[in-house]
Amino acid sequence: MKPILEIRGISKQYKLGVRRGPKMDNVRELLERSLAAAVKRKQKQGDDPPLPVGSFWALKDVSFNVSQGDVIGIIGRNGAGKSTLLKILSRITSPTSGEVRVMGRMASLLEVGTGFHPELTGRENIFLNGAILGMRKTEITRRFDEIVAFAEIDRFLDTAVKHYSSGMYVRLAFAVAAHLDPEILIVDEVLAVGDLAFQKKCLGKMGEVSRSGRTVLFVSHNMAAVENLCSRAVVLHQGTLEFDGIPKDAIQHYLNTLSSQAGKGNAIDLDRVGTRRVVVAPLLKRMEFMTDRDQPLPEGIPIGGRLKIRVHFDLPNPTDTFNVGLGFDNIYGQRIFTAHSTFEPERVLTPHVGPQVYTCEIPSFTLMPGEYSVKVWLDLKSVQADAIEDAAKITVLESDFYGTGKVPWNGTFVLGHRWYLQQAADAQR
Amino acid sequence: MSGTFELTIRPRKGWQAVDLKEAYLYSELLLFLIWRDIKIRYRQTLLGGLWAVLQPFLAMTIFAFVFNRLAHVQSDGPPYKLFAFAGLAPWTFFSTAVTQSSNSLLANQQLVSKIYFPRLFIPLGAIFALLVDLILSLGLLALLMVYYRWALTSAVIWLPLFMVSAVLAASGTGLILSALNVRFRDVKYAVPFMIQMGLFLTPVIYPVHYVPVRWQLLMGLNPMTGVVIGFRHALLGTPIPWNVTAVSLVICVLLFVVGLFVFRRLESEFADIL
Repeated sequence: MKPILEIRGISKQYKLGVRRGPKMDNVRELLERSLAAAVKRKQKQGDDPPLPVGSFWALKDVSFNVSQGDVIGIIGRNGAGKSTLLKILSRITSPTSGEVRVMGRMASLLEVGTGFHPELTGRENIFLNGAILGMRKTEITRRFDEIVAFAEIDRFLDTAVKHYSSGMYVRLAFAVAAHLDPEILIVDEVLAVGDLAFQKKCLGKMGEVSRSGRTVLFVSHNMAAVENLCSRAVVLHQGTLEFDGIPKDAIQHYLNTLSSQAGKGNAIDLDRVGTRRVVVAPLLKRMEFMTDRDQPLPEGIPIGGRLKIRVHFDLPNPTDTFNVGLGFDNIYGQRIFTAHSTFEPERVLTPHVGPQVYTCEIPSFTLMPGEYSVKVWLDLKSVQADAIEDAAKITVLESDFYGTGKVPWNGTFVLGHRWYLQQAADAQR
Repeated sequence: MSGTFELTIRPRKGWQAVDLKEAYLYSELLLFLIWRDIKIRYRQTLLGGLWAVLQPFLAMTIFAFVFNRLAHVQSDGPPYKLFAFAGLAPWTFFSTAVTQSSNSLLANQQLVSKIYFPRLFIPLGAIFALLVDLILSLGLLALLMVYYRWALTSAVIWLPLFMVSAVLAASGTGLILSALNVRFRDVKYAVPFMIQMGLFLTPVIYPVHYVPVRWQLLMGLNPMTGVVIGFRHALLGTPIPWNVTAVSLVICVLLFVVGLFVFRRLESEFADIL
């Protein structure tokens, strides 16, 4: 059978950090950027095509076919090119090269509530949003009651949505989207909205859609949803398609790429690890993981252990508006925790220049046992100047956090807590 | 429309004409965008739709005092206030339309970066929605004509032509400026100045025959010159220099066509820059 969607050699190049406008330091910025590019060229002497200054490939030669009725999960970590692929398929941006052939009516849902206007009523927004998503007026009228029932907002139908609670707003937005009736549906991670009960309802609706023979492309970080809903999954990594097959294998492959990428050991040379996105220059140099006694960290850190992370970096100009960021992602690529040096209330506010060492101390690292990937970045004047995904991996070890010999086994993190037993008779009084 | 729908997505480069088939497919959305703009424009204002007529009306009163009373500018026939209002109605439409449409893509960033439809509809929707205001102010003009006992002439048959020209002039300008505004935010500062100067370079507060004949054709290069002369001719029966007007109308059409092409050219990078 002829595929309903043929994706042939799609690539997309973005220019980075291009800012224009009457700015005093424009020339300086330009110099910095060309310098950064020169350094980069010297470092890399592979057969990669030369890149224009400050640009990168968000997608590189991605090809695959989709047959009628396929429900395809697209997985990959942040910055792997998933969103770019969806944007190209939904024609929001055009590819730099390659071609996509679409053989059916296609609708995309990259966000719930696109085009909702706060001043308009629920009823008015249903029609406006429906039209924006590509529904005909007759179609909206026909399904109007269903949409209202799904959203559970009938009492507030003629109230401006700016007076809605955020839950109501999201329910209404999803309800409109859920009643789209295209042959091909493209969905970005929009299911992670609303309260738990509503999320369940949305997942149920997605399941219904996928069983109805509709073709669906679905980006998600929710591996359980991908495994349950999809018949096939593709893994994107740094803009290329790395795997295409049944969801279970795809997820396994994805988890493997996550752990093979990161740097190992305690002192990490940031020029050699992870996925780097340089905007100004490669300013980040080294990173060290230590225990509370400034000893190198052994193979892992126990739950609730004290952790010090030391970041070595350069400041190109005297500045006091810089920020070092550390992000911790779990194996599914979900951000669990972010630390910013600007969160520190007692930080030094005088301008600094040249090599710097900044230490982040976390008194109690209470994440659940498992592997976490660390992203490190440097912002100058609140613009990201240098960033490295997967710079390091940190392992949290099972340990007797509660001092009872019981190891916590469920959840995302650990919190100290106490229990008190009261006599039944006491409690009644 | 299912089953037969086919589409190829390719890199986009260079100059392209408007995809009329696609524009037709999405035409309902254009109506919805216009409807939205009309609905929300005067929400939560005390005077509501009155603002549509209040602006040209107050401008007329002040201009009549400053230019007619103090500076002794004369109309070419009708009472000066009528004369000024018949020019201010299309001019206000044009200036508001250009201001709003040039900002429209930025104001609708969320739409541009999250969903596909012909981007042309965003600035055009903003402009078409303002036609309601223009029609309201023409209503007020009708009342003023009754008050001043000034009769319509058969020239009124030309009105649709000049309305269309006004829309073409506003759309052409709005399309170019809105597309440029995505990349160069300088547009935001240039537009108010341009509009302010435009008022004086267009025969709104003075009749075109005040301008030396050898410069009149040059004035015709301003598309609004012909539109304002034409509105006055159609509504008040004032004399019309067809040569100047014709130059303007040709410019209106050219501006619109150029606007469409410029917009289409820059369109593909909107989502990447916004």
